[in-house]
Order: sequence, then C-alpha cells, then structure tokens
Amino acid sequence: MERFVPIDAKAVPLRQADIDTDQIIPARFLQKPREAGLSDYLFRDLRFDDLGIARTDFILNRPEYAGARVLVAGRNFGCGSSRETAVWALKDYGFRVVIAPSFGDIFRNNSFANGLLPIVLAKDVVEDLQQTLELHPGAHLQVELERSEVVAPGGRILGFEIDAFRKQCLLQGLDELGLTLSLEPHIAAFERRTAQDRPWL
Amino acid sequence: MTGGMPATGNPRTLFDKIWDQHVVMEREDGQTLLYVDRHLIHEGTMEPFATLARRGLSVRRTDRTFGMADHFVPTFAGRTADSVVDPEARAMLDSIEKTAVEQGITVYRLGDPRQGIVHVVGPEQGLTLPGLLMVCGDSHTATHGALGALAFGIGSTEVAHVLATQTLWQRRPKSMRISLDGVSGAGVTAKDLILAIIARIGAQGAVGHIIEYAGAAVRRLSSEGRMTLCNMSIEAGARAGMVAPDDTTFSYVAGRAHAPQGDAWERALRAWRDFHTDPDARFDREVHLDVADVGPMVTWGTSPDQAVSIDGRVPDPARAADSAQRASWNAALDYMGLEPGTPMDAIEVNHVFIGSCTNSRIEDLRLAAQVVAGRSARVPAWVVPGSGLIKRQAEAEGLHRIFRSAGFEWREPGCSMCVGMNGEILAPGMRCASTSNRNFVGRQGKGVRTHLMSPAMAAAAAINGRLADVRPMIPGR
Repeated sequence: MERFVPIDAKAVPLRQADIDTDQIIPARFLQKPREAGLSDYLFRDLRFDDLGIARTDFILNRPEYAGARVLVAGRNFGCGSSRETAVWALKDYGFRVVIAPSFGDIFRNNSFANGLLPIVLAKDVVEDLQQTLELHPGAHLQVELERSEVVAPGGRILGFEIDAFRKQCLLQGLDELGLTLSLEPHIAAFERRTAQDRPWL
Repeated sequence: MTGGMPATGNPRTLFDKIWDQHVVMEREDGQTLLYVDRHLIHEGTMEPFATLARRGLSVRRTDRTFGMADHFVPTFAGRTADSVVDPEARAMLDSIEKTAVEQGITVYRLGDPRQGIVHVVGPEQGLTLPGLLMVCGDSHTATHGALGALAFGIGSTEVAHVLATQTLWQRRPKSMRISLDGVSGAGVTAKDLILAIIARIGAQGAVGHIIEYAGAAVRRLSSEGRMTLCNMSIEAGARAGMVAPDDTTFSYVAGRAHAPQGDAWERALRAWRDFHTDPDARFDREVHLDVADVGPMVTWGTSPDQAVSIDGRVPDPARAADSAQRASWNAALDYMGLEPGTPMDAIEVNHVFIGSCTNSRIEDLRLAAQVVAGRSARVPAWVVPGSGLIKRQAEAEGLHRIFRSAGFEWREPGCSMCVGMNGEILAPGMRCASTSNRNFVGRQGKGVRTHLMSPAMAAAAAINGRLADVRPMIPGR
C-alpha cells in the first residue's frame, strides 16, 4: 500500500445522509475488472442520467469542484453492502479522504485497507465545513494525518481521532497481511490449543 | 482451557465469551488478532485469490473454507454455470466454480442440491455452530449469529487476509442488547420485528456495536426466525447480531452434515450451554421493545428504517424531526413516487419477490404458501428458495404446487432479485413487494421501487396486486 502523505486539495461537500454503497457503485458494475479502473462508475446514477449525460445538478459535476480529493459527506456514509469496489471507485476517481459524522463499519475498514482515509468529525463541524465549501466552491482542505488534523479554509484546525494501529499502517504504507504473516507461530500455537479444547471443529 | 476463561472474574456477555475464546494475540493499542473458525466464500473472491497468487500465498485452511456461487447466478429453471454468458460475470463465477475448487476448497457447485445462498447454506449444512467465529465477504453474514456464533461481514482485502492466515485484525466493538418482550400478534413474524427495530433505532442506530437479541419473544422464535432477525442487523448499522443458543438451537443443529456427532456432540453441547450473557453483564446500550405493539411492517422509502405498519400511511415530510430528515424523506418519496398521507395498503405493486438470505427458508415458504393457497396472484410473483435442499423440502411438502397454481414462478436457488447483479432486475419505475433486506435506490434495478416486508405480506401483495394487510387472509381467522 502507498504511504499516506499530507494533502492540500479541493474538497467537495455531499450533504445527503445514508449514502449506501449501492449508490457509491451500483451492483451492475461490480463485475467490472478492477485493473481497468472504476472511476466511471462512481456515484453512477447520481452523476449521469439514463442517456449517460452528466447531471449538472450533481455537485461532483460542477467544474469548480473538478479534481477534488476530499469528500465531505453526510452521516452513515458507506452503509450497506460490504463491496470494497465502493472504496476502489472513490480512490480511482481521485479521492484520498472522506470526512463524515459516521461511516458504515465495513466501508470504514475497507477504506483503511486501501489507503483511503475516513475521518469522523462531529456532525455540526461537518455541516459547517459543507457550508463553507458550498459558499466557496473549490476551496481547499489540508489533511495532516501525522498530527491527526484537518485544516479548514481560513486556517481553523480540526483535530480528529484515529486508531493508532490504522494510523501507523497508513503513514508507513504497511499492509496488515504482511504483519500477520510474521505472526505465524502465534497462529499455529492457537490452532494447537483449540484442537484440544474444541475437537469438534 | 485457554482463551475461554475470563481475564478477570467480571460477568461477560455472550459476545465477550466468544471474542475472548478467539484471541490469538492483542496489541497494546487494542487491535486484536482473531482466529476465524469458518470462512464462507462466494463469487466475490476473484480479487482475493488474485492477491494470494500475486504474493505467492495459498489458502491456509482449505478445511475451514467453504464456497458456493449465489450472487451472480441466474435462478431460472435449467440454469447452469454456462448460463452466465457475460465474460466479466463469468469470471466472477469461475472464482468459485473453478479457482476455489482447484485450491482444494469444498464448493457446493451449481447443480449440487446443497448449493444456495451462503447465509442459508451455512446453518443448513451445520457449518454454523454456537460459539464459532465466522466471516464472509458479505454484509449479511450476521445471519449466522442466530445460532450463537459471532459472525460478521468483511471486505475483499480482509477475505484475502483470512484466506492466507485464517485470522483477522479487529478492535473490540461496543455492545447493544435489544430485548424483545411480550407476545406478538398473528401475522407478525421475525421480519416485522426487525423492521420495527430498525425503524426505532435508525439505519445508523447500531453503528460500531454488536447486537444481542434477547427476551421472551426471541426465545419463542424458531432458529429460522432468529436468522431473519440477525440477518438485518447490518441494516441498523451493526456488523453482527446474535442470539444465545438454547434447546431450539441445539435441536436445529443436531444431525447436520458438519455438526459434531456422538461423543463430540455431547462435549460440544456442554461447552455451548455456557454461551449466554451472565446476569450482571453490562451492555453499552440497551433497547426494549414490546412486540405486542408491532404490526405487519412495510417500508415506504429508500432506507430500511423508513418503515411503518401496513395500517399506517406514507409520512408527511412536513412532520419530519429536522431539516435533514425532511430532505431525506422528500428525496425518498420522490424516488418512490409516493404522496404523503397515502394509506400503505393503497399502494399498487407490479412484482413480488419472495427470497433472499433474509427470507427464503422453509418456514418462510410455508408462511407464504399458507396465504397463497387457493388464491391467484394478480401480478408476476417469484419464489426463489434459499438452497437446493429447501427447494426439495418445499416440493416434498407440495408448496411448489400451491405457488404454481396461483401463478407464481418457482425458481432455482440464488440471491436473485435481492442484489441486482445477476440480470434479475425490474424495469425503471416498477414497484416490487420484496422479502429482501434493502430498499436502497436502484437495488432491484435502476429506478425500481422496493417495499420490504415479510413473506406472508409479500404473498398478500401478490394476491391483491397492492400492499395488503395479511392478517385477515391467514387461515383460521
């Protein structure tokens, strides 16, 4: 996994609550090979009409937000299905950070596994940010993971909490699998113990 | 004993007991490496297998991994793997039908009567047992918690991690107990209870929590009913839902293909009887619901928490709690093509789907058939059994004849119209009464409007061509 480096980039607000992973990437695109890139399918039915023409009223399509790398979303973002393609589509589109008052649990885990940083901020803080970004389209946010800080337009510093393990993995570009493989003796010992305790398995 | 003993003498929850027993190691920062007893896989395993191949790894415990195709398979009569002609979808299917088989994993292939929806087949084959830690790359893995297992959905990267190491890193979640007391009325099933719970606590109400369902009304549910209850925990935001195992559980599990037999059964049973929450154990959150207050439920919107009783009406956004809720209700009503104040039982439907990992078990089919018997469907209606064995059982009981003579289609097992990724979708603007678990925008096809309900209520919708109260239609009333 690539290291997570500090970001200073455009941010786009998406106010709707409960954006589920079916909306992030509809089921009909789940068979698309990952290598080909999934950015075209991100928010597909929100971004494009039935004829495949970009909906001008959808905020991601507004030119001022082109190139945004931070998404400032509503409550329970990424709820629903466990599809990791939702995270891949966000990353392929260019997003590196999603800020929301809360996330679907599986989506949040999938985000960490792919170097997409999910940041939880209080609901009123997120709504403030959204309003600022609506009033000043194209404004930048800075995200500094090392210090666990978001710098809002105008310089206000918003601290966030993050699991120390997740932070370390992101900053160093570590993946969990490599770490776990090094713990093989512990796993084997566990298996020996449970074979005695639970022989019916 | 090892991990099974409490670290301190503190009273523990059912969840604590299972978690503690599966800790391989815990880091100082709280991240915990958990051992996975059984791992279920489906067509979404192409990417994980590719990861293993890229890193030169193999499946660590092929004997703990079981696979079957369910998401991408069509369910028409006579379907085979070759029915999947789209090369991209076929590649997904082959991750199970070919790659998993080559890896030495037990796979219930298409045509095998044991094939079916992964969350139906796990319990049915005795792969799901009390006290196990189970995972699957699917958010409805919580289903298996109905038998007293700790089971949760994971993403693709995590599937690769489990295949390679049989373990998973997790941080201990918060706990929530939902106590269901009282006696439910006729026509009220586990599906109605879970829809009522989600309506009460919200689609994000249990984010970060594991739910234990408790109380007299849960004890009275069959194991199948408990599966329906646990299945939709994710629709309340919880990764897992569980029910403490009891005699209902043990008699469900006894004799199943992968359940312990003989002396091992006796030994297992002794261990399983300890899987309950200690009397003084504390939960981070407690919710109580009197099931006598719950009627047959239907959803009106595009989030599973947007549900009311069938004798209710489409809510008015003017009465929403705040501006955010008003915006969300307005968007939902716009998508659903509904006017505020419309009686729920006045809403006409174009299609009925009885199936999915929520409601495709034998009990579900019996309840639906009871409503259908001697009547005719006014709209196209599908019944998709959850597994080949359930299909056989239903046919042995003559249920398929009841459905067919009422004009229902009797189909092969799979996820079908619940997931929208196997070609089984409806046309834009159509309205479906569905026993599945998600009424999300576009879930059953672009622009399709989904109303969630129980199998009996879906049967009633088929007979009436509109959403209908099943209670007057139940025999003996």
